[in-house]
Amino acid sequence: MSTDSSWDTPLTIAGRRFASRLLVGTGKYRDLEETGAAVQASGAEIVTVAVRRSNIGQNPDEPNLLDVISPERYTILPNTAGCYNARDAVRTCQLARELLDGHNLVKLEVLGNDHTLYPNVIETISAARTLIEDGFDVMVYTSDDPIVAAELESMGCCAVMPLGSLIGSGHGLLNPHALSLIIDNARVPILVDAGIGTPSDAAMAMELGCDGVLINSAIAHARQPILMASAMKKAVEAGREARLAERMGRKTYAASPSSPSEGLITG
Amino acid sequence: MQLYINGEARRVDQVSHVADLIAVLGLTGRRIAVEVNEVIVPRTRHATTPLNDGDRIEIVHAIGGG
Repeated sequence: MSTDSSWDTPLTIAGRRFASRLLVGTGKYRDLEETGAAVQASGAEIVTVAVRRSNIGQNPDEPNLLDVISPERYTILPNTAGCYNARDAVRTCQLARELLDGHNLVKLEVLGNDHTLYPNVIETISAARTLIEDGFDVMVYTSDDPIVAAELESMGCCAVMPLGSLIGSGHGLLNPHALSLIIDNARVPILVDAGIGTPSDAAMAMELGCDGVLINSAIAHARQPILMASAMKKAVEAGREARLAERMGRKTYAASPSSPSEGLITG
Repeated sequence: MQLYINGEARRVDQVSHVADLIAVLGLTGRRIAVEVNEVIVPRTRHATTPLNDGDRIEIVHAIGGG
């Protein structure tokens, strides 16, 4: 059985349907060749990119990320990484929309400071409001506060993406209970967007009921990123199937052996 | 004229429209987005949007990011 079987439904974000529930970033790779190979190995259909000033007068023939991760093949998700206020984030999204010929799906993140990269939810909410009014489909990076997540959903964000732990930390899911509260109350896709360190973290997020996970550093900073991309793909699929399969109940006592108690030669 | 391109002062000659500047910088046909004085200039208007002395230009592209 694979995840494209009738057991599952596609991940639907703002009316777009995706078979893969793993979204990947393109930062921190050694080169574009490795980026392309890792993205391919991950099976991801949604791929994040950053928007930055072009190097004027330097290497005009330098290969472009979008030549490797082509918008014809992948759904490009431009982010607002590096923005610390709503105004900069909105401006970045508008530039991204022009860059991508009117593509209006964006990942909004507004950061609070540069040593934790913790989201500034006040500026995030302000930017989300402006972007939604301007016609963007906003996937929003936020804290794991269930009240904030519900507010972002009610404003019209098309997906809410709480952190598992700090961006780039690899600490995994530090508060799975908060994530469960968010998931249980949500009517839009919930994706864990930061902190995944290892495939077991990704599987756990999916088992909790997340609709997807977004991973960059855990793949790019593995010693063998392409192999790790493949591992993350399997972990997300395994976690999703486990969620759909519904796990056994936990028992404290009354252990129940898997082998029959009858017919023992000791009987 | 003097322009401020991606935050740096730069003197350019024989440039009257956004498309001319993009050509001078060797960026014609590249996947870029352009702002003039914090207003986006859509690709379809590069050839018709004039530049003036002192304009602040931003030229951006997509790079790796999470």
